[in-house]
Amino acid sequence: MSGVSWLVPVILSVISASTPLLLAATGELVTEKSGVLNLGIEGMMLLGAIIGFAVTLTTGSAILGIIAAAGAGIAMAFVFGVLTLLLLANQVAAGLALTIFGTGLSALIGKSFVGNAVPVLPKLNLPILSSLPFIGPILFQQDALVYASFLLLVLVGWFLYRTHAGLVLRAVGDSHEAAHAIGYPVIAIRFGAVLFGGMTSGLAGAYMSLVYTPMWAENMTAGRGWIALALVVFSTWRPARLLLGAYLFGGISILQIYVQSMGLPIPSQFLSMLPYLATVLVLVLISRDRSRIRLNAPACLGRPFHATG
Amino acid sequence: MRRRTFTKLLGATAATAALGRFGLARADEPFKAGFVYVGPVADFGWSHQHDLGRQAAVKALGDKLKTTYVESVKEGPDSERVIRELATAGNGIIFTTSFGFMNPTIKVAKQFPKVKFEHATGYKRADNVATYNIRFYEGRYVQGVIAGKMSKSGVVGYIGSVPIPEVVMGMNAFIRGMHTVNPQGKIKLVWINGWYDPGKESDAAKALIDQGADIIAQHTDSAAPLQVAEQRGVKGFGQASDMIKFAPKAQLTSSVDHWDEYYTQRIQAAMDGSWKTQDIWGGLKIGMLHMAPWTNMPDDVAQAAQAAQNGIEDGSIVIFKGPINDQSGKVKVADGAQLSDDDILGMNWLAEGIEGTLPQ
Repeated sequence: MSGVSWLVPVILSVISASTPLLLAATGELVTEKSGVLNLGIEGMMLLGAIIGFAVTLTTGSAILGIIAAAGAGIAMAFVFGVLTLLLLANQVAAGLALTIFGTGLSALIGKSFVGNAVPVLPKLNLPILSSLPFIGPILFQQDALVYASFLLLVLVGWFLYRTHAGLVLRAVGDSHEAAHAIGYPVIAIRFGAVLFGGMTSGLAGAYMSLVYTPMWAENMTAGRGWIALALVVFSTWRPARLLLGAYLFGGISILQIYVQSMGLPIPSQFLSMLPYLATVLVLVLISRDRSRIRLNAPACLGRPFHATG
Repeated sequence: MRRRTFTKLLGATAATAALGRFGLARADEPFKAGFVYVGPVADFGWSHQHDLGRQAAVKALGDKLKTTYVESVKEGPDSERVIRELATAGNGIIFTTSFGFMNPTIKVAKQFPKVKFEHATGYKRADNVATYNIRFYEGRYVQGVIAGKMSKSGVVGYIGSVPIPEVVMGMNAFIRGMHTVNPQGKIKLVWINGWYDPGKESDAAKALIDQGADIIAQHTDSAAPLQVAEQRGVKGFGQASDMIKFAPKAQLTSSVDHWDEYYTQRIQAAMDGSWKTQDIWGGLKIGMLHMAPWTNMPDDVAQAAQAAQNGIEDGSIVIFKGPINDQSGKVKVADGAQLSDDDILGMNWLAEGIEGTLPQ
């Protein structure tokens, strides 16, 4: 096993780099499938990060912290939902505003929490499985949020493609007029999808401030919300590809750091842009087949719905 | 004759009153000083330390001084607006505390010749613009001495931000210090091409530890690398402020920026009219740079660290004195020669013992 044991820490780093992306992107996928484009992921993540951190620090309970972070994400998404679905505000503008608002609000709340640290979220060890060589530490010694990221993705895939409710949600995203004519509550369904997106963004934020770097620092998500947003397009709205995209991106961003620390003579600026380059490349390859994208892309994405009959 | 004197006196009084009304200093009004920060004061690093300096000045000068600060100001055109607003608001002296504020500061200073400006880390000066900076690399030399003593593997993981002379001189000073106690010591280097991304910084720290580094040094702004060191059971150094709270078992020391006295003195000088433009690049000796307490190390290492600090302060240690070779083993500084400040400020080569590349 010693031949591949050096891989274990690399893979562990990849998992921690990919998890926040996967969490946030999973929620955004559902939101977009219902036809709503929410550009506020970054803001929702930041608020989730500070609320999760603050609650964990003051109560000493990481579980309460995670629940509060999810709640903070939902609250932000609620504001977005009211603005865009009930008041019919422009989704792009409202989403950007949500990001700016979240950045500022999290900084304001976080002011008194700077300079503190919380213990890292404990790893959940399983009796025999965790002590297996190689796959033990990778698959069975993770924290609750990593497991949650996979579980949520599987649930979303099952929900969207194997349940009636998922079919309705996709129908709302593809043609809100038709769904409305049949009698489905378009606004209510979209609202639910938006709130789900807020919840996973909040969880992604909690992962940042409780696991990835267990502290609060202003703007600590450093643009990961935007990457998550891009990953949804990258995945052409398919959950399985979302997993691939998140781990491809996380993997290459970790790989470039290892390549540097091994002293390979490749310019670091080139390595830094590699994750983005790879994403663009795959995107180009995927979009060669336009009909398949059209098959999965929600046709009503970003279009406001007003029930006028 | 008497009458003329009287009239003159009257005129002078009127003029003074008029000036007072237009915002120039009047005896009973506090002197105003403005500060422009690039980050939030709560960043626990660069801007945080500047704000501690401002608070120290307020404490020292009391009611005579009124300060205003603007935080999280983007470098570039936005900062020019902020600086101009501070100048218009009647601040007698304005501190702009990031390299990217240089050109806006010079531009606004031309329009407000009566206002004094102080720009941190820049190189452009004028009659009413002074520059000031800290010799951060002195702290890194001391860190290098500690790392040389403490590292069992002889490998230090170094997280670089962006490849500019400021960062390069720090790295070279570190390896110079390390080599005084362990000539075989090595730095493994990772650039993250940014100043601040806690996630990326912690990824880099993990990768370096996986590559055999048992000491982590950083030239980035967050405490994330130290936290990783704490979790992985290795040691590390804080950056800009004392970060012991994040890593009670891992932090060896931290180079702490200390602007308190400088700000107090310069504001005092502007108040009493003795302010003159200057360029100051101070370090440990004049107390612009402090070392946080030596922690998590045996006594002999603490003594070596203190000796290095004392040596820099009394001038018996000259950090960039030859012979110094670059990475390829080529002589960069001849035996006995000494780099001038200009050479140091333009440093674009990595010293022997650093593994990694310097993007040109």
